Amino acid sequence: MGETAGAARPWILLSPALGAIGFLLVVPVFFVIVYSFWLRSATGAEVPGFHLDNWQEVLSDPFYRDILLSTLRIAAITTLSCAVLGYVPAYFIATSRTRHKTLLLLLLILPFWISYIIRTMSWINILGVSGALNQLLVATGIISEPIQMLYNEATVILGLVHFLLPFMVLNVYVSLDAIDPNLADASRSLGASSMQTFREVTLPLSLPGLAAGGLLCFVLAAGTYITPLVLGGPRDAMFANLVFEAIITQLNWPLGSALSIVLLIILGGIVAVYNRLVGIGQIAKSFG
Amino acid sequence: MSGWSLIRLYTIAVYFFMFLPVGVVVLLSFNTSQFGSFPMEGLSLRWFIELWHNDAIVRAFRISLLLGALTAVISTVLGILAALALVRYRFPGKNTISTLLIAPILIPEVVLAVALLLFLRWLSLPRSFVLLLLGHVIFTLPFVLLVVQARLVAIKREYEEAALSLGAGPIQTFFTVTLPLLMPAVFAGMIFAFTISFDDITGTMFWKPGGVETVPTQIFAMLRNSISPEINALGTVMIVMTVAVPIAGMGVARWMAARRG
Repeated sequence: MGETAGAARPWILLSPALGAIGFLLVVPVFFVIVYSFWLRSATGAEVPGFHLDNWQEVLSDPFYRDILLSTLRIAAITTLSCAVLGYVPAYFIATSRTRHKTLLLLLLILPFWISYIIRTMSWINILGVSGALNQLLVATGIISEPIQMLYNEATVILGLVHFLLPFMVLNVYVSLDAIDPNLADASRSLGASSMQTFREVTLPLSLPGLAAGGLLCFVLAAGTYITPLVLGGPRDAMFANLVFEAIITQLNWPLGSALSIVLLIILGGIVAVYNRLVGIGQIAKSFG
Repeated sequence: MSGWSLIRLYTIAVYFFMFLPVGVVVLLSFNTSQFGSFPMEGLSLRWFIELWHNDAIVRAFRISLLLGALTAVISTVLGILAALALVRYRFPGKNTISTLLIAPILIPEVVLAVALLLFLRWLSLPRSFVLLLLGHVIFTLPFVLLVVQARLVAIKREYEEAALSLGAGPIQTFFTVTLPLLMPAVFAGMIFAFTISFDDITGTMFWKPGGVETVPTQIFAMLRNSISPEINALGTVMIVMTVAVPIAGMGVARWMAARRG
């Protein structure tokens, strides 16, 4: 095999995947950008050109701004809750001396495989008017009538946390598991308490995993629109719901495009900052 | 109470949080009552039998299975080829390409969905099963790539070099040396792609042609009315499928890895 053939080989191997990504992702995203500057006339036809109307509407209308802010707030609370709920179990599994480590981890990652829509709707069985919790509270006499606990922002966050927690656990576990146990032993032999050891040694070394888990939770939470439809009330729409509404319901492609780009820029910015601080490679580690 | 027992208690509570709603779905799917809620009236398989006779659901299952299988095969083939290039060769722009290939994980799925749909519209093509398939391939490719890449890094290059020095061509070397060693990851990648595709709803809601439903979109449509025991039964079937299939797959992958050494 000649030198040129050898140099071309990686490109031959890459061409199907690159072709797919190029044609189905890069070019289409470019079209979304172009479309966001088009107009939709009163008749529903699209007017090509360079118009800033959609952008003006999206950036100045308080309706969009409020939903964007509440989406970011929901994503932030979800991420924080996942970190608080996920760190301790990951720490427990990583540092326990049981032989069943893999099994314990597998069990906690297992819900990741369970259908998202099923897991989301499963909360209706728990929190609904005739759900498990209401039945329990009525039966024990704590409340006399079932109360409506569903269809608010808190249940949207609950559903998202339940969906995203495995991502956090897995990423934190991977970084905790990679820490040399001798470091903690060394810290203790130098007189540090176990709390001090955790604060000064273990926690800082696990930050990349926490950051990777946090990024995934935030990006996935901020891009969701099914959870608010299933567990939220009419006022709990998130940003992606606006995109769906604009494109599928109103067939307003230019507006939907502008909204998509807003979401892409904000979440892309967060990914870029993360990449700068931690490196994208960290996310790949949990697949090893 | 010592710190460690607190940690253990906390961990147990989190497991409980994760499994309680799922357990309730399974429990309620055996409920005799025609309402998908408590109190339970008795146990029966009634709702599983109803599922079997529900044409819409059976059709959705067929579509999801076909879509998942095709997605798994296509994205695994693309993933293996790309992983070989990224792990075994050095070339300019490698980091950029590797980031580009995992971009679909980092881009919000809604944006991905809009982009692909818009492109199709620009080409004046209607929504179709093929669009749904292409969307799923793009979305699952990064996961397959990451899984295959991680395994490929661990396979020593020396094996391939030995085969090459004994006169095997690159393609022969791949099929007789590399691929057998890579099989566990190929398998894991396929299962991964299948489950992600089978479970996807976000992109599918945008891409599916009118009248075509996958299992998740069918469940979503059924939820519009109210939660019924039939949905819980369907949920139970889905849980068995998406949990039992990967676990069986992982078992096979581990068994293959152990056998190959």
